[in-house]
Formats: sequence, structure tokens, C-alpha cells
Amino acid sequence: MNYLGKDVELKVVGTRPIRPDGVEKVIGRAAFGADFRVAGMIHGKVLRSPHAHARIKSIDTSKAEALKGVRAVITANDLPNIPSEEAFVGEGPANFRDMSLNTIARDKVLYDGHAVAAVAATSPSIAEEALRLIDVEYEVLPNVIDVEEAMKPDAPILHDDLFTQGVDPKPTKASNIAKRMEFKLGDSASAFSKADVIVERKYKTAPVHQAYIEPHACVVSYGADGQAQIWCSSQGQFMVRAYCAKLLGMDIADIRVFPLEIGGGFGGKTLVYLEPLALALSRKSGKPVKMTMSREEVFRGSGPTSGGAINVKIGATKNGRIVAAECEVMLQAGAFPGSPIGPALMTPFAMYDLSDVTIWGYDVVSNRPKVAAYRAPGAPVSTFATESAVDELAKQLDMDPLELRLINAAKDGTKAVYGPTLKDIGFVETLEAAKSSSHWNSPLGDAAPGKRRGRGMASGFWFNIGGESSGATYVNEDGTITVVSGNPDIGGSRASMGMMAAEVLGMDVKDVRTVVGDTTSVGFSFLTGGSRVTFATGMAVTQSAEMVRDELCKRAALLWEIPAEAVEWKDGKAYPAGENAGKFDPLTIADIAGKSARTGGPITGKASINAQGAGPGYATHICDLEVDEETGHTTVLRYTAIQDVGKAIHPSYVEGQLQGGAVQGIGWALNEEYVYTKDGRLDNAGFLDYRIPVASDLPMIETILVEVPNPRHPFGVKGVGEPPIVPPMAAVANAMENATGVRMSSLPMSPPRVRAALDASEG
Amino acid sequence: MARVTVASQMCRPFMGTVTEVEIDASNVRALIRELDRRYPGLGNQVEESMAVAIDGVICQDTYLEPINPDSEVCLIPKIAGG
Repeated sequence: MNYLGKDVELKVVGTRPIRPDGVEKVIGRAAFGADFRVAGMIHGKVLRSPHAHARIKSIDTSKAEALKGVRAVITANDLPNIPSEEAFVGEGPANFRDMSLNTIARDKVLYDGHAVAAVAATSPSIAEEALRLIDVEYEVLPNVIDVEEAMKPDAPILHDDLFTQGVDPKPTKASNIAKRMEFKLGDSASAFSKADVIVERKYKTAPVHQAYIEPHACVVSYGADGQAQIWCSSQGQFMVRAYCAKLLGMDIADIRVFPLEIGGGFGGKTLVYLEPLALALSRKSGKPVKMTMSREEVFRGSGPTSGGAINVKIGATKNGRIVAAECEVMLQAGAFPGSPIGPALMTPFAMYDLSDVTIWGYDVVSNRPKVAAYRAPGAPVSTFATESAVDELAKQLDMDPLELRLINAAKDGTKAVYGPTLKDIGFVETLEAAKSSSHWNSPLGDAAPGKRRGRGMASGFWFNIGGESSGATYVNEDGTITVVSGNPDIGGSRASMGMMAAEVLGMDVKDVRTVVGDTTSVGFSFLTGGSRVTFATGMAVTQSAEMVRDELCKRAALLWEIPAEAVEWKDGKAYPAGENAGKFDPLTIADIAGKSARTGGPITGKASINAQGAGPGYATHICDLEVDEETGHTTVLRYTAIQDVGKAIHPSYVEGQLQGGAVQGIGWALNEEYVYTKDGRLDNAGFLDYRIPVASDLPMIETILVEVPNPRHPFGVKGVGEPPIVPPMAAVANAMENATGVRMSSLPMSPPRVRAALDASEG
Repeated sequence: MARVTVASQMCRPFMGTVTEVEIDASNVRALIRELDRRYPGLGNQVEESMAVAIDGVICQDTYLEPINPDSEVCLIPKIAGG
């Protein structure tokens, strides 16, 4: 057990208390975005483009404005026309002009579902009727959906002012390729001459939605004094505040955002869609405005993650040492630049100790919704390709794929292809845990007639991040504790924050309540994403609890009239530190809190930090599956997710993160994809036609937590939410190859595609 | 002096083909200042768009992280997440 690098007995951290938000969610009383109401509110709806690519020639809103019950109609002209301005304010580099144009189109619509106008009315049905009365005249333009098609010189161009960055000389012709990026270590081209075996293959992945169950929803009230209140479900109340202020031309201090419960985000709620429109509608109507996306709107109007096309070439010697690797990644950004091309290039070889690697890629726009983050953005796409290729390499070398990975595994001291020398990493430990796992050592079992079984494994990497976080610990009058966090609780942070505070204070976690503060009740916190909250906000909360602990000792010293240094804190009580300090009965937190007015006032600890040193996460997954030869349907029989988590504060939540990431990755592998018509319209905008795995589809995902502590965190925490979505697609594809002998290089491996691949292999 | 390396081509407009330099800097702010002195414009690029990995530890948006004389410093793109 570890606290501040010392071996101590942890009494709360590492245990599994009942989740603090569980009862309210189970009985349906937790307030999510769509549940929230305020007195006098009216209802907003969005008019969306039916075209994938079109010029807006005119918008006539007069009939809608005249409809009884309509209180406001807005178009892009009701929001400031923002100039191009790069900023790294949310979940990656953003351009505020693009963000504004994605919120509501100005001159062109760039995807099916792009917002063009919005209405607020006294009822949802009147608002919908008003949308039908808005007359938009479009000049339909050719569209391009596929990433490789979009890169062709004769492709329809989305932005006349978009010129490829990162190439020399600077281009003079507009392109859909927003950026080229490259990482290079050694000399891969020459190093291939040392290889005995070379695998070279092209892969493709589909863009997929984060598939959070709760749709985007908000209530916004713009006051007569120019100050606004926003209640919404998001991954960051401060993110919503900053973006809305920018897009509406308001001061940040004039916006207060109240975070509601969030029904899943996974990166998809790191942007704003409805909030700026609701603000503009509320400002124009003088009424609070509620907006909720339908499921169809979520699919058509909010950002999925990127799909991509990937070319991989890997060479190894006969003894399994990888000597050279090259990878080209073409990543979809959607309608505006900003795919996660950087991480897509930095991650797929980060599991290995390689000396000669070149990896390059392209950020490509096309007529799809602008992509949003999704767990480990970029990494699953490129890693599907490289981990499939590593498996193929093992087969050609007649080696165990796990042993091949062990031979080449990155360790402390390995120089990563993206630059740094790695330290405090636990990749080998995940491989060793896989090797000794019950799953890896159990027989696969015989397939029933007409079915084929296979086992595969794959690994993955994600950096994890820190960043700005705030936390506060308050001692209440009765000795209970309130912890305030600046981050929405997506993956159990109320539990982990409370547990870390309880550990520091030596108290029972049931006496600690953690709440998520609004933007005026806690210091700025970067959003919940990047697997950063338990690490970074956990550090802030731990520091705030340490301040409280130190203050409690000072107050005890005042009561005992001895020096503060003569007081020690143990098991939730103040004790005299040794016989020389005097003889006093220990004081509990309640004892000290009861006297706080007399000893200096309320006892509070607050910390605002910019946390650095998030330890990287490594994961290794094992998948057993069975393929029905007749239908091509795949059943996952057994699945184990193994991950270096640093230190699991609440192991059940950590296991849940691993299970959730694995399930989402399995869906990405087997079923999920956006289906477009020839004219660029999304054809499966709903969960009936966009098939995600449900509980009855899958076995219980087994988990193995490996704990290689992160020395930069007081309890050794590493982020856990993102690595588990990186290995699944390759693990499933490798199991599929093991079952069928067919290497499927294009996702999803849906039944028709599996059946077609089996047909092709059988001639 | 700290050894500063660049693995991606993000610094090429400023550093040309140079991918490794030695710099005497005690923290990230001093590093950015010195990089900008040698390669005008690079300081802003590092400050706005890049992270600094110091001895394998990724640091973002911070001036204060210390750099030792024998540190390995790597300039990499900023990292976000989902």
C-alpha cells in the first residue's frame, strides 16, 4: 500500500464502498439533463439540413415567427460571426469559427443534420410545427463521405480556404486534407532489409458514435441583466461556460453553469451543441428555454469519433524481434478540421521497444458531423491496424502472439516513437498477467457443428493527462465532511474523491459527501476527459483534505494550549504526539468542529492545481469467440481485460471502466458503423439500426487490475478510462482469424461481411 | 545542458531539419524563451500547441516544471482525451 511514496496501511483507498449516486439513479430520481425544468420555460427545437453539402441561398423565417406560441426564431445571424481563432481550450485544438459554424450553419451546410435555424415556442409541438414553416433555399453541392475519396484531387472541396498544413512547399490549392503529421524514429526504410518476415496490409475502420444513452439536453435562462444560467449534462461545466461565452460574445463572469447528472459522455460531451442556441433563443425571447435532442438528432447532429484508413508494414527477424515498422493513417475529421491524428500516430507502437519506425497521417474533412472525442481518441483506429499486423507477424513466424509481444515489449527506459523515454510503465506486467491468467490457460473448447471458435489477444496504450483541477474539503459543524469537485462525475469520481479525502482524514467514507460544484462554487477545472479526474482532481482533493487535516491539528493544539507540532493525526482523531506534549483525551473531528467558531472559524481546505505527470496506461485483452458459418454472426464467449491502473481507488469502478471500454470496443469491432445513402444522408440514425452490444449479447467481461504505482500521484493513480477501448478491435479480429483463418481488415466485422469473407476464402 | 528532441515535424517550420538541440534551462518557461530566441516563433508554437515531456513525464501548459541539466526533454503535440 502506498501514500506519498511510503508504505502505509490504507483503510479506505482500495476498498469497495457502495456508490454514493447509486440509489438515486436506480430508483430514477437522479436529475439528468432532459429531466430538468424551471418555471416559465419554453421549448426549443432545431431545424437541420437534409443535405450533406449545400449552399444556403436564403432562409425565410417569417411564417414561423407568425405562428401562435412561437417566442423566438434564430439563424446564424443571431450569433456573432466569429473570425478564425485557434485555441486549445477543450478536448483538443479548436477553432472558434469552426465551432460556431458547427453549432449553426451560416453560408453552407456541411453534413446531413447540420443545424440551420432554431425555434423556441410554448410547447415542443408548436416549436416543431414552426420548424416546418421555415423556408430554406439550398443549392445542393456534390458531397464526399469516405476518407480516401475525400483525399482525391478531384473530390468536392468543403472549405475553399483550407490548405494542407505540414507539407512543404505550402500548397496553393484548397484541399480536404487539413494537415499532414509525421513521427520518425531511426530509419525504417533501411531497417526493413534486416527483416526475415514482413507483413503489409491495408485496414479500414468505420466512424462510430459514443452511444451515450442520455441525449444532449439543457435549460438556459438569459436574464434581463445580461447574466445567464445554464443547467446541462456535459463533461465540463467550465467548458460549457467558456464555449458559450465565446460563441455568444459574452463575458465568462456572466454565465453560471450548473452540472446535472450525465448519462454517459465518453468524449462526446466535450463540446457544445444546444447550449449556445438555447442561450440565443432565451436572450431573444426573454424566457428560459429547454432543448433536448432526439436520438436521431444525436446521431445526425453530434460528433462521432473518426473512422480511418490505415496502411501498415512491419518486419521482424526469425527470432521475433521487430526491426522496422511503418504506418500511414488517414483519419476522418468530419466537416471541420480536427481529427485526433496526433494521438492516432503517437499510440499504436507505444507498446513496443522499436528503433526504426516511421508513422505519418492526415487529418481529412468530409461531409459528416464534426468528430468529437471518444475514449483514447485516435488510438483505437491505428492500433486496430498495428495490433492486427503484429498478430499476423506472429502467425508467419509460428510464434505465440503473447510471446512475440513480450519479446518486443516497451519497458522503463524504452524510447517511444513519439519521443520521450518511458518510465514507471506496466506493459510487461499486463502481458505477464495475461500469460498467467485463467483465461489464457483455459482450453478454448470445441465448437458446435457449423461453428468455429478462436482466441485472440491484443494490447494498447494511452498517455492519460493531468491538467487544471480544483477541489475543496469543508468540515461541517457536526464533524461530517463535504468535498466539492469541479468535475462532472462520469466514472465514479464522487466515490473516489470522497475516498481519498476520507483516507487522508482517517475517517469513515460514509461521513464524507462529495458534490460536483457549479462554476461559481468551486475553482476552475478542466473538463472530465482524458482519464484525468481521479488523477488530477484527486490530487487537488487530496491536497485540500491535507490542509483540513493540518488545520484540525492546529485547532486541537489551540484547545490543548500546546504547539501545533505536538499534535499528530491518527485514525480520524488528534492525539498529543508523545508524552512530552501532555496528557489529553483524543479529539475527534466532531469535537474540533464543535469548537471551530472559538478557535478561528470554519475549517476549510481548497486546492487549485495544474497536475502534471499522469502515468501512461497499458492494456492487454484476450477474446474468445465463436462464428456461425451459416449466418456470419459472431458470439463473444469469453473476454478478459487486463490493465495497469497504477492504484485502484475503488476497484469496482475501475473494473467497470475496463468492462465498459471493452464492450464499446467489441461493438466497434463487430457491428457499429454509420450507413450513408448515396446522397450523403445518414441512414441508420437510431439504436434499432445502429447496433451496439447490450448486456444479453456478451459474457461478463473479466478484469485483472495490475498496479504499477504512478509516483506523481499521492496514491499512485493512473488514468483508467481510455486504455480499455484500444485493444478490443484487434483482439476480436485476431480471434476471428484464429477461428476462421480469414484476416478481416475492415470494420465492422458484421455478419454480412463475415459471411462474405468466408465465401471469398472458400473460393 | 538538457537535451531537447523533437520527434514530429511540428517544429520543422522553425527548426528546419534540426531535431535535437542542447539547452541550458532550469524550467519550462526558460526552455520556451531560449527556444524562441534560437528559432523565432517556436516559443509560441510550443506554448500554444505542444506538450513537453521531461524525463519521460508529460507536462502541459506549465511554466514551472523543473528541468535538470541532464534532463531529456521532448517536444510533442498536446494530448487531450475522451
